[in-house]
Amino acid sequence: MKYEVVIGLEIHVQIKTKTKMFTAAPYHYGAEPNTLTDAVVLGLPGTLPVLNYEAIERCAKLGLMLGCEIAEVCKWDRKNYFYPDSPKNYQLTQNEQPLCIGGSVEIELPGAARNIQGEHRWVQLNRIHLEEDPGKLSHTAFDTLVDFNRAGVPLAEIVTEPDLYSSEEAVAFLNALRNLIVYTGISDCDMEKGQMRCDANVSLRLKGSEVLGTRTEMKNLNSISNVKASIEYEIKRQAKILDANESVIQETRRWDASKNTSFSLRSKEEAHDYRYFPDPDLMPVSMDRNRVDTMKKALSERPFDRQRRYQEKYSLPYTITSVLCADRELSDFFELALNYYDAPKAIANYIVNDLLRELSAHSEVGDSALSISDTKMKAESIAELVEVVESGLISKQIAKEVFTEMFVSGESPKVIIEKKDLSQNNDDSAIEALCLDAIANNPKAVAQYKEGNAKAINALKGPIMKATKGKANPATLDALLQKLIQASE
Amino acid sequence: MSESDKKIDIDYVAQLARLELSDNDKEKLSGQLNDILVYFEKLNSVDVDGIEPMAHAHKVDNVWREGDELGPVFPKEVLKAMAPESRDDQVVVPKVVE
Amino acid sequence: MTDLFYSDISTLNKGLDSKSFSAVELMQSVIDRTDAVEAKINAFVDRDIEDALKQARASDERRARGENLGAFDGIPVGIKDILAVKDQSLRCASKVLEGYRSPYDATCITKLRNAGAVIWGRLNMDEFAMGSSTENSAYGVTANPWNLECIPGGSSGGSAAAVSAGEAIVSLGTDTGGSIRQPAALCGVVGMKPTYGLISRYGLVAFASSLDQVGPLSRSVKDSALLLEAITGHDPLDSTSLNQAKVDYSSALDATAKKKTLGVPKEFFQEGIDPEIKEAIEKAIDWYRSEGYAIEEISLPHSELCVPVYYIIATAEASSNLARFDGVRYSHRSKDAENILELFSKSRGEGFGEEVKRRIILGTYVLSSGYYDAYYLRAQKVRSLIRQDFEQAFTKVDAIITPTTPTPAFKRGEKSDDPLAMYLNDIYTISVNLAGLPALSLPVGMTQNNLPIGMQVIGKAFGEADILSIAHDFEINHGYKDMRPQI
Ligand SMILES: [Mg+2]
Ligand SMILES: [Zn+2]
Repeated sequence: MKYEVVIGLEIHVQIKTKTKMFTAAPYHYGAEPNTLTDAVVLGLPGTLPVLNYEAIERCAKLGLMLGCEIAEVCKWDRKNYFYPDSPKNYQLTQNEQPLCIGGSVEIELPGAARNIQGEHRWVQLNRIHLEEDPGKLSHTAFDTLVDFNRAGVPLAEIVTEPDLYSSEEAVAFLNALRNLIVYTGISDCDMEKGQMRCDANVSLRLKGSEVLGTRTEMKNLNSISNVKASIEYEIKRQAKILDANESVIQETRRWDASKNTSFSLRSKEEAHDYRYFPDPDLMPVSMDRNRVDTMKKALSERPFDRQRRYQEKYSLPYTITSVLCADRELSDFFELALNYYDAPKAIANYIVNDLLRELSAHSEVGDSALSISDTKMKAESIAELVEVVESGLISKQIAKEVFTEMFVSGESPKVIIEKKDLSQNNDDSAIEALCLDAIANNPKAVAQYKEGNAKAINALKGPIMKATKGKANPATLDALLQKLIQASE
Repeated sequence: MSESDKKIDIDYVAQLARLELSDNDKEKLSGQLNDILVYFEKLNSVDVDGIEPMAHAHKVDNVWREGDELGPVFPKEVLKAMAPESRDDQVVVPKVVE
Repeated sequence: MTDLFYSDISTLNKGLDSKSFSAVELMQSVIDRTDAVEAKINAFVDRDIEDALKQARASDERRARGENLGAFDGIPVGIKDILAVKDQSLRCASKVLEGYRSPYDATCITKLRNAGAVIWGRLNMDEFAMGSSTENSAYGVTANPWNLECIPGGSSGGSAAAVSAGEAIVSLGTDTGGSIRQPAALCGVVGMKPTYGLISRYGLVAFASSLDQVGPLSRSVKDSALLLEAITGHDPLDSTSLNQAKVDYSSALDATAKKKTLGVPKEFFQEGIDPEIKEAIEKAIDWYRSEGYAIEEISLPHSELCVPVYYIIATAEASSNLARFDGVRYSHRSKDAENILELFSKSRGEGFGEEVKRRIILGTYVLSSGYYDAYYLRAQKVRSLIRQDFEQAFTKVDAIITPTTPTPAFKRGEKSDDPLAMYLNDIYTISVNLAGLPALSLPVGMTQNNLPIGMQVIGKAFGEADILSIAHDFEINHGYKDMRPQI
């Protein structure tokens, strides 16, 4: 393609506070319609907003995590537009002086293969500001219903610079951003629940050109795959227009995921004239520098920093760290387990393979995967499991069974082993009898082994393991067999 | 601002304000509002360079609610009782084409 | 003894305490008086008589139990139709809110209830407080009790007329550019706009949020002081409400032994002022001088810019504040709307009156793209200059004396078709709102046509006690407090 694509994203993230941005009414996803309202939420005559400090604090924390500068003073503006989901027909937002300025997000581009780490790059942000969420519309065939539960939920709007150059980069950005935000605990960023929503501005220009082309704004991108598909669609659409020597029209478009296409909203919208002005009901907020410094020091480690640390300090491979570090809960759990038993590789393996498998196996179909906190799983149990395997108390084979049991019951491995009598059978005389039996019954394998085929000994192990129900210690067994074969001249 | 700029585009403004006006209203209003805008010219007689705009009657920063503690909510009947039209506990409006 | 409905709060308290009459009898006296004169005055848009009597009975029961809540227990307080009273209609004299009842109490109403007051009626006003004559009401005009053909002033015309005509003991109004002081002056009563932030705006339906204040209207300075005391106090529900130490305004009234310095702004006595008003104010100033007050001529150089600054800021804020009346959740919904756009514009077009539409259009225009800097931003800057003028003046004086209005009450319909002439009515009062200062109006004379003349006393921020005592000193030495209109 002779064009370069330039993308800027605007991401709205619901900040997880107990109460709304400008009133103490609660919010939680999935409540009965219009049961989370009060006089302020409904914009009743005479009501006034009062700022929820928690929203400021959390948004500032997010800004610090994303390397933004925190404003000395931020202010509140009214964005005036009529829409039936907007109780006051103006949105309280921060137009002139946002809380967070600048910043950047580290992203990882797709690698050459799944198990190969891709290139890293920093994407520049323009700002993060706070605003209030409108209510929710649902459309029937003939009318529209309005639920105001969501109205007034604090939103952080994260605005990037036009600093993304492909749909893959946009996806990488959203993944990195989501991981970062979930790390801070500011939002769960569940796009299906509307906790994270994205608009994409897309433009094309001739490769090598410094000037930005005319952009279009894509709305209603409620999943990362929609973001990718809509950008790719838009690139093709714009390229076709430019190829025909025509001009792209600056407009808002709506992505229709069911038809895999977008359509113009231009006929439905008028020129945007939001008549911003400072809100007279809310006072400016001046940020306490000491408070900001304290918050800065208390920030959690960023996911990619953590990944680098794991790779260096624990020599964990990319395939493990990329899974472990993308999820704060997993990696926190890993670090917690390390405190009980210092075996990073084995512990990481159990978490990335066995734990994740159990979590997805126990999730309801259609629901998002279970998180560790939903289960009885304890970090010390994983540590103990690694320890008992390494000490030879149980085999790796048995450990899988113990793990499944541990996940369900929450009991410690030792308790499970004891209760189910799973410890390796180290009764040498019994095993010796079994070994002698095996040698006697498999003269061919014994002969092969003697001729130098070391693997042939495995044929002898199978029946023994079967007879001991896997409890024979493989190392002991190996040594014993070798000794007995040599002795059986 | 020149004289010609001052004519209010009353259709555009009424559309922004979501306010239906009769043709009569529009004509009457245009005349009155243009007189008022001419009167507003007085403001240009004063030099405001370097003057802070005053958005509030007094300067007090950092007024907020601490603690993020839950307050009361309305029973859904409150909205239902006041809404001009509702169904399934939601407010009904003509179909919004997004 | 005078009629109960024309008595002051102290007298009524004595009578209630000594059981000369009950709160129910007092309320009934006000109800009977209202029934007798309301056909001529039309001060109310709504009266819930049962509810008022119920509150009065509760007051009597409290007194019987020895649980008197204070100076307001059992006193009927008339309420402007712009303050939210739980379960009562709240229409702001507009068709757009026909049928709406507030599910909550304004903070000042809660405070009055806690003081035992009887919340009485819904008083007429200019629609959404936009006007200076109470002619812009969807529920009929209110008459000036002194001359039924004249307007009572506005927008709190019902609040002023009710107090003047004995239909309420005291009342609450709201003042954005003079809406308490101007009708008080034209109806011959006392009316006060407190410092911005002294009284919570929670439950006051916003016209211009950075200018609106709730305030008392009464027949005496002392009753205004008492009512002010009852409704002040920091409110966490209003971010612009200030945390000030409580002041006992009524006890501070006699603190005039130390005579104050009064400023007289030369700009307020130039063209456009009615000669009778000018003379009355000058006479009052002479009286203060003779009593030992120092009188100083001062200058408020940006005075003539107040009207444009005010009408830009107030209409801009109003255009946004009134956007919520859209026909979706609670306000009037047009029956002819076929789509959402029509639902908004037809509902609003049908619901709002002419003056409200005029101001919404003006306010929308001054905020619209390309005009913001020239109008709104510039007005905000000039507003700073206007405040600085006052700050400068208050380095030299304790209070400022001006006329409240340029003319006495005018005939109904006289200025209805000339909005600019109507706006100029507020020329002496609006600078006070722009600067956020307290000011009151008290009667200081009568015209030859027997219409009241009001004098405005402007104070420093939170200087309510000062201006009340200055006004009280004049009041107790003159007879205007006890003049009653013939209705
Ligand atoms: Mg945006
Ligand atoms: Zn936004």
